[in-house]
Amino acid sequence: MLILTCPYCGVKAEETELQPGGEAHLKRVGPAGSDDEFEDYMFARKNAKGVHFERWRHAYGCGKWFLAARDTATLQVYGTYSAQTPHPPARIVAAIRDVHPDWQPDWTETAGADAE
Amino acid sequence: MSHTPPFRLARGGRLIDRAFQVPFRFDGRHLRGLQGDSLASALLANGQMLMGRSFKYHRPRGPIASGAEEPNALFGLGQGGRFEPNQRATTTALLPGMMLRSQNCWPSLDADIGAVNSWLSPIFPAGFYYKTFIHPRPFWKHVFEPIIRHSAGLGRAPTDPDPDRYEQAYAHVDTVVVGGGIAGLLAAQRAADQGGSVLVLEQTAIWGGRTPVDHPGGQARIDDLLADLRGRGNVTLRRNTMATGLYDHGYLLAREALADHDPNQGIPRQRLWRIRAGHVVTATGALERPLAFACNDVPGVMLASAVRDMIVDYGVAPGQRVVVVTNNDDAYRTALIAADAGLEVSVIDARRTADGDLPQAARARNIPVLMNTGIAKVKGGRHVEGVVLCDAEGEGKATGGIDCDVVAMSGGWSPVVHLWSHCGGKLTWDEPQAMFRPNPERPPLGADGQGNVSATGAANGDLRCAGDLERAEQPTMPVWCMPRNAPYKLRSKMWLDFQNDVKVSDVELAAREGYASVEHTKRYTTLGMATDQGKVSNINGLAVLSKALNQPIPQTGTTTFRPPYTPLTLATIAADARGEAFQPLRKTPMHDWHARNGASWEPVGHWRRPYCYPKGGEDRHAAVNREILAVRRGVGTLDASTLGKILVKGPDAGRFLDMMYTNMMSTLPVGKCRYGLMCSENGFLMDDGVVVRLTEDSWLCHTTTGGADRIHGHMEDWLQCEWWDWQVYTANLTEQYAQIAIAGPKAREVLERLPGSIDLSQDALPFMTWAEGDIAGIPARVYRISFSGELSYEIAVPTSRGLELWERLHEAGRDLGITPYGTEAMHVMRAEKGFIMIGDETDGTIIPQDLGLGWAISKKKTDYLGKRAQSRSHMKDRSRWQLVGLESLDGRVIPDGAYAVDEGVNPNGQRKTQGRVTSSYHSPTLDRPIAMALVRHGTERMGQVIEFPMPSGEVLKGRICDPVFYDKEGARLNG
Amino acid sequence: MAEALATVTRVDGLGMISIRADLARAGEAIADAAGLALPDMTRITTDGSRWLGWMSPDELLLILPAQDHREAQTALEQALAGEHALVADVSDLRAVFDVIGPHADDVIAKLSPADLAAMPADGLRRSRAAQTAAGFWRVEGGFRVFGFRSTADYLHLILRNAAIPGSQLAPR
Repeated sequence: MLILTCPYCGVKAEETELQPGGEAHLKRVGPAGSDDEFEDYMFARKNAKGVHFERWRHAYGCGKWFLAARDTATLQVYGTYSAQTPHPPARIVAAIRDVHPDWQPDWTETAGADAE
Repeated sequence: MSHTPPFRLARGGRLIDRAFQVPFRFDGRHLRGLQGDSLASALLANGQMLMGRSFKYHRPRGPIASGAEEPNALFGLGQGGRFEPNQRATTTALLPGMMLRSQNCWPSLDADIGAVNSWLSPIFPAGFYYKTFIHPRPFWKHVFEPIIRHSAGLGRAPTDPDPDRYEQAYAHVDTVVVGGGIAGLLAAQRAADQGGSVLVLEQTAIWGGRTPVDHPGGQARIDDLLADLRGRGNVTLRRNTMATGLYDHGYLLAREALADHDPNQGIPRQRLWRIRAGHVVTATGALERPLAFACNDVPGVMLASAVRDMIVDYGVAPGQRVVVVTNNDDAYRTALIAADAGLEVSVIDARRTADGDLPQAARARNIPVLMNTGIAKVKGGRHVEGVVLCDAEGEGKATGGIDCDVVAMSGGWSPVVHLWSHCGGKLTWDEPQAMFRPNPERPPLGADGQGNVSATGAANGDLRCAGDLERAEQPTMPVWCMPRNAPYKLRSKMWLDFQNDVKVSDVELAAREGYASVEHTKRYTTLGMATDQGKVSNINGLAVLSKALNQPIPQTGTTTFRPPYTPLTLATIAADARGEAFQPLRKTPMHDWHARNGASWEPVGHWRRPYCYPKGGEDRHAAVNREILAVRRGVGTLDASTLGKILVKGPDAGRFLDMMYTNMMSTLPVGKCRYGLMCSENGFLMDDGVVVRLTEDSWLCHTTTGGADRIHGHMEDWLQCEWWDWQVYTANLTEQYAQIAIAGPKAREVLERLPGSIDLSQDALPFMTWAEGDIAGIPARVYRISFSGELSYEIAVPTSRGLELWERLHEAGRDLGITPYGTEAMHVMRAEKGFIMIGDETDGTIIPQDLGLGWAISKKKTDYLGKRAQSRSHMKDRSRWQLVGLESLDGRVIPDGAYAVDEGVNPNGQRKTQGRVTSSYHSPTLDRPIAMALVRHGTERMGQVIEFPMPSGEVLKGRICDPVFYDKEGARLNG
Repeated sequence: MAEALATVTRVDGLGMISIRADLARAGEAIADAAGLALPDMTRITTDGSRWLGWMSPDELLLILPAQDHREAQTALEQALAGEHALVADVSDLRAVFDVIGPHADDVIAKLSPADLAAMPADGLRRSRAAQTAAGFWRVEGGFRVFGFRSTADYLHLILRNAAIPGSQLAPR
């Protein structure tokens, strides 16, 4: 049973205090999107074996949604961070690369991505 | 008689107190043991070696072990609700008055008719059931399965409720050491030196593990260690606590036995510990392996360590003439201890030489030691009478014999690697020691990606972990089959799994039949599937399989180790969650009033809502009808407190609600109410309710009873994760307010009888508006909304005043026949009006357009959750099933969920369908059945008749009609 | 007969006000209006009769004698005038229990996965008690526990069950 530290209140919470929310960093596709774009947003999920970004809510706590970077195979937690982040921040990427030096993000890293 | 008393030795027995006799009953016989005895030692002290029957062949069984690995000596213990099957005699302390019942035998342990299976064993090989019962097919269900089910299962489940209390507790510890033997205590000392908190768990009541038995001076060493640890502030020592399983991120479950020994002292019997460990040290020791020789299952053949435990711990001699058979030095300890106890001993050693300290000591004591010798066969049926000796490397030709009544066997030791393995720790094959032990390179990983378990002592393969107490030993020689070249006749009598009757020949047969995977072989032969889960049999079985497959043991690998380490009673897992504490029951402030007034309850989520209030001899149906008519003709009240109430406030609240709801909520004027629909991003209807504009920047959103927390979470999700720059705050105020619906043509009259500041007239408070003030001195909001179609007000007051208002309304309306109504009357009345119900008309695949609710979908909005999804081709497909009403042709109620069939059949040969009933009731208002249904092209098919075949073969017919059955023009809304 | 690990008593007569606002901007104003110090993250401040608890990064909970709550709510609303904020009376939303006794920690440890040793003396921990949401903070001799009003009976029952005499967690 996992332990994740809520980045909003610092509480080291166990899984029963949290609500899972599936894959993180999905980009909403609204009425202007094509069928393919919408299908991708609504249904296509990574189901990664290894590095994975996901949403959790500190439901039995401060109530905030946050994001976690986790390895689905080893269950190592690379870190948790604010839900108001378009991409995982640099410290998370660094923690992942400590373990997987060749790991490549699937977004374009920019200076702005470091902001938390 | 080969087996002769006295069984209790004149001296010795470190755990017993000879001053206190303990009476107990075994299958009705009155016996006596001593305080400190285990059940096994007490029975052995009474000369009772026969303690059970094997599962498949009903062979006689005696204990072979002295600990948790015991596969044979299992009993039903206790009576009534405290009866427990499959209790191990070796780990259960004897208590005064205990009642032991033998298992898996009939009519008695001594004369078991099932033992006939043993004579038939040649026709019951591995896979017998699979092969035999497969044809003819119908026989399985009607003949074979009932018979097998009757004879399957070991022990009988108790039928009475367990009268004892159980509990659970959480602990957070830096280092947990599992095992209170010398390795565990030393590890605890090392961990405590680091300064963190240390918790040591020992599964038995006794600290020290094997050390006090195996090493002269061992007890003193243990006592010193315990004294040191007890003097440290950061160490907790917990006995009687068995670590059952290790899970992700250092989550360790353990069971503490608190009152197993005294169930009547009023404290919980057992406690389930949920421990978060920074680091776990497994100091779980090792288990001795049996040797596979012919008839090694005859009662009296025991593990060498168990024989010496009986002598040292309990002063019990399992027999007077002991033959030790071994492939290692350690078993010589048993020979020495037995000789010290005055028993006749000889040693049979499969190795060519044995010159370690212990064998030398044995020879010095004039104990006969035969090298390069094995047992060809054990003599005796219900008890060991002797052994036939042979060349250990040969084919079993008799070279001599020894009369004896106990065989103490040792095939070496296997580290207990269960906890290490539960959460991903890998094993490595240690060839010199012939054992799997933890691979330190591949430990289980914690949240930080680092290993969070380490093994120590015998659990780590370090069998000689008692430091300077140890003596020089020579290596073990692997012996997987004794003698090495035994023919089939002997191999078919060599037991691997003693409880499930799996023999060397069975594993070999599985290999020949193509079961190359150890996991498949396990299931095919049932090797290791007994209550001991292979603790005794696993490694020997793997070795035999590897040999049969002609591959090295590590290539065969082990089966998966899964928790719990030893069986855990379900009551311990449930802990306090039983009876009233089984589940939280949510109660409205009027709950007790409903109960006093005879409410028949309906669970809605964790709430209990009155379904109806039967009076006198009324059944539920009659009560519902009465309640409906009372509302339609007069006035009734519904406890609507469970509805979700979410406050949404802020400069962007209107814009936010426009995204949440399909309707336009930003334009709702202050003072007005609007029925709103909420869809998931996938377009499907997920909740509905009345939205109230409270002020310029605040709205109150009502949700369904079950939806309150979910919808609040849904709103917060979008606010926090998508539109986090929007200025909106929400608050789930569901429990702050009690809410009462008062409905019926006389609703206003009743309400106006109470003093208050709110003008309730049609002009001042028209339909779909609200007002604030006080009613009967209680601060209240009144919403003029209706789910029944009648003149209706919903009144929200602070929860603490809810019951007061409810009672005031009932006082005020008594002469008008004011009637409390329940959820079913509400359901029927809304169906009479054609109003949908989330969960009845919707099932997660329904869009508002299916339900004729297109009017509630804003055409002006460029976006709302679900809008994009609803523009997909399948959502716009005109052949989607549409909501209609149904009139039953013959006056019978068409069952809820019934399917309307269409012409033709589908690829499975089933009738095609064209619709289904979503709600169906008898309407007391109209005195006829009414139903709502989703039907293909339904709204274009008014007047058509569709058919609903019933399981009975009958066909019910329904005519498609408008779903609004009552008061189509809505005149009754205004009273 | 041994003593219960702690006595469990329902606490009535408390008012509660939920405040949501940008605490970085408006926190001090809220604290002034409440008459208490602004609590740090996961802490609670008190003057002995009122408590101001940190509930989330944008939410505080003021707990005070019921008779003072209307006045306090007005004061808070005034203090937050012009701010984007939400002030709601939640006096009836929760049930409060005092768990007082020598083994009060054991009672909480049987019900909540929270690590009490990691909780500071002025900590406010929101977690769960068995199957229901609950929060707690330390008071003289034990804990004050709050949960939802609808599950008050359940919370009371599990607290009492966890406190039964003789069931302390210390090894025996």
